[in-house]
Amino acid sequence: MIRIDTVTKRYPDGTVAVDRLSLEIPDRSITVLVGPSGCGKTTTLRMINRMVEPSEGSILLDGVDIREQPVNSLRRSMGYVIQNAGLFQHRTIVDNIATVPRLLGWGRQKSRARAVELMERVGLDSALAKRYPYQLSGGQQQRVGVARALAADPPVLLMDEPFSAVDPVVRKGLQDELLRLQEELGKTIVFVTHDIDEAIKLGTTVAVLRAGGRLAQYAPPAELLTAPADAFVEDFLGTDRGIRRLSFFGTAGLELKTSPIVAVDATAEEAAARPGGDVHYLLVTDRDGRPLGWSEPAALTAGAVDAGRLLPHGRPFEYGVESLRAALDCAVLSPTGWAVAVDGTGRAVGVVSQQTIGEAIRTAHAEGRRTEAGADARTGDDAGSAAGTDAKVAG
Amino acid sequence: MNRFFDIPSDLQHSWLGLVGLHLREALLPVLAGLVAALPIAQLCVRFRWLYAPVLGVTTVLYAIPSLAFFVVLIDYTGQTELTVMIPLAVYSLVVLVPAIVDGVRSVPQETLAAATAMGLGPVRRYLQVQLPIAVPAIIAGLRVATVSSISLVSVGMLIGNQGALGNLLQDANSYHRPELAVNSVVTTAALAILADAALVGVRILLTPWMPRAARRGGPGPAEERPEPSVPALEGALEDGPQALEDAR
Repeated sequence: MIRIDTVTKRYPDGTVAVDRLSLEIPDRSITVLVGPSGCGKTTTLRMINRMVEPSEGSILLDGVDIREQPVNSLRRSMGYVIQNAGLFQHRTIVDNIATVPRLLGWGRQKSRARAVELMERVGLDSALAKRYPYQLSGGQQQRVGVARALAADPPVLLMDEPFSAVDPVVRKGLQDELLRLQEELGKTIVFVTHDIDEAIKLGTTVAVLRAGGRLAQYAPPAELLTAPADAFVEDFLGTDRGIRRLSFFGTAGLELKTSPIVAVDATAEEAAARPGGDVHYLLVTDRDGRPLGWSEPAALTAGAVDAGRLLPHGRPFEYGVESLRAALDCAVLSPTGWAVAVDGTGRAVGVVSQQTIGEAIRTAHAEGRRTEAGADARTGDDAGSAAGTDAKVAG
Repeated sequence: MNRFFDIPSDLQHSWLGLVGLHLREALLPVLAGLVAALPIAQLCVRFRWLYAPVLGVTTVLYAIPSLAFFVVLIDYTGQTELTVMIPLAVYSLVVLVPAIVDGVRSVPQETLAAATAMGLGPVRRYLQVQLPIAVPAIIAGLRVATVSSISLVSVGMLIGNQGALGNLLQDANSYHRPELAVNSVVTTAALAILADAALVGVRILLTPWMPRAARRGGPGPAEERPEPSVPALEGALEDGPQALEDAR
């Protein structure tokens, strides 16, 4: 555990970058420091590996003041990932990754073998080992940066806006990769970003800092979205925090309707027998049960199905895997107002209306309030955080 | 034409001997200049306020005519090669110090931060990160310093035949053999071009990590700032070493 104890950083010119900040960063979780520029988040991160020395207060690593060990050995025990990767442009990829093992005195062979192993771990083709950084894309370079930080298997990983210089698609890939790696490795990660969406997606706990280096709120993402501590946090979260909070609710409990689903080779009589109650459309699927599109019942009874004349069904959501946010999004975008739920293989398992999703949201909120009232809700019990992780990966 | 390489005996060297002497008198000062420039440049990087005064001093030194330098030095080092080489070493600083400072400063901030964060101390950071990344800029500076030095050696003839190939100019005059002057100019120019090409080769060997376009001499980080004196030096070379000295 890293304990930041009433730390202040004041520069000679009088500016205060960090003001009496106290944080407890738990092991094996991702703690995100987020805030506008000038809120001292990078300064805080750099105080953990002593690239910046606090003016007041102390930082304890597993109960021991970080100033008690030599600065370079402290740094070698903490991986560091920086914006734009900061690779050594004059060294090959494999030598970049092997930097810290070499500094720690591992042999050349052992360091390189470890580097190649890590390349595979972060999703890089080992054929790139002998390349130089300029030959890699921005996303690949950032993966090298992550591999380099992990090379000596440090228990702590410090990440300073690592993904903010890559395009959104690559960024999403890198974020998903980080969550996957964290499942495997269980590092103590301190992650700095100015992007609240990234913070909510990645963080086990999120510390929101305000300008002047003061802590505004320190809470798990779901709690942050439900109960922002003040107007600043609420403003920083943006206008759609209610919608975004739905990312933390699963779709497993959604009540699906299967009666409007009809296979493309069904007879007119079968089709005619299908609709019931409030469903004004039929979801036509192929012979394997994959959705093709929506049709009015009358059009079906009139004869063979013309796939080209079906209403598009839009993006379906994976039932039980994706979040309520995804389900609601599907329903909103659907021309019929109904979202299509599919299983892992893409077969339609049911359809659900906006109204049903709305009821599920109300139930989820009510349950959320009940758990928050519970004693250990703040620390997040295992079941809760596991469900949260699933939803986050999907969202 | 067979008298072209027939060097008068007062020079006590064959043509090849003169070439060797010329290279020694030109390259040793550049080497000495490099050895001096590295720590000076590092101080300038470390203490930013130092850079402007250092640049001023090297420029003033560069402005001292070599003849004046010789007159001062002759009291201490006599009519020797050393008297020629000391000013050349001093002149090389005006190119080498800014080249190294710019090269070291061109290392991206995040690369330096990453190096620090990985536990590289200041010495390792300098030797393993800053210096290697500054190599293209340093070699660009060395190219200018070397070419300039090769042409300037000829002035050494003024202090008693210490000008290597430059001495041929005097002999051409004394013995009414103009081909010796041509020999002097052509050989000096050829040496400069070969030395320059050799340095380009060294850079290509040392920097496999540079993008190809930059290595071929296109726009690259190290060559974004062409040294203003290069065209002037090249122009002067074509006119012969004496013209260069006059130009200075």
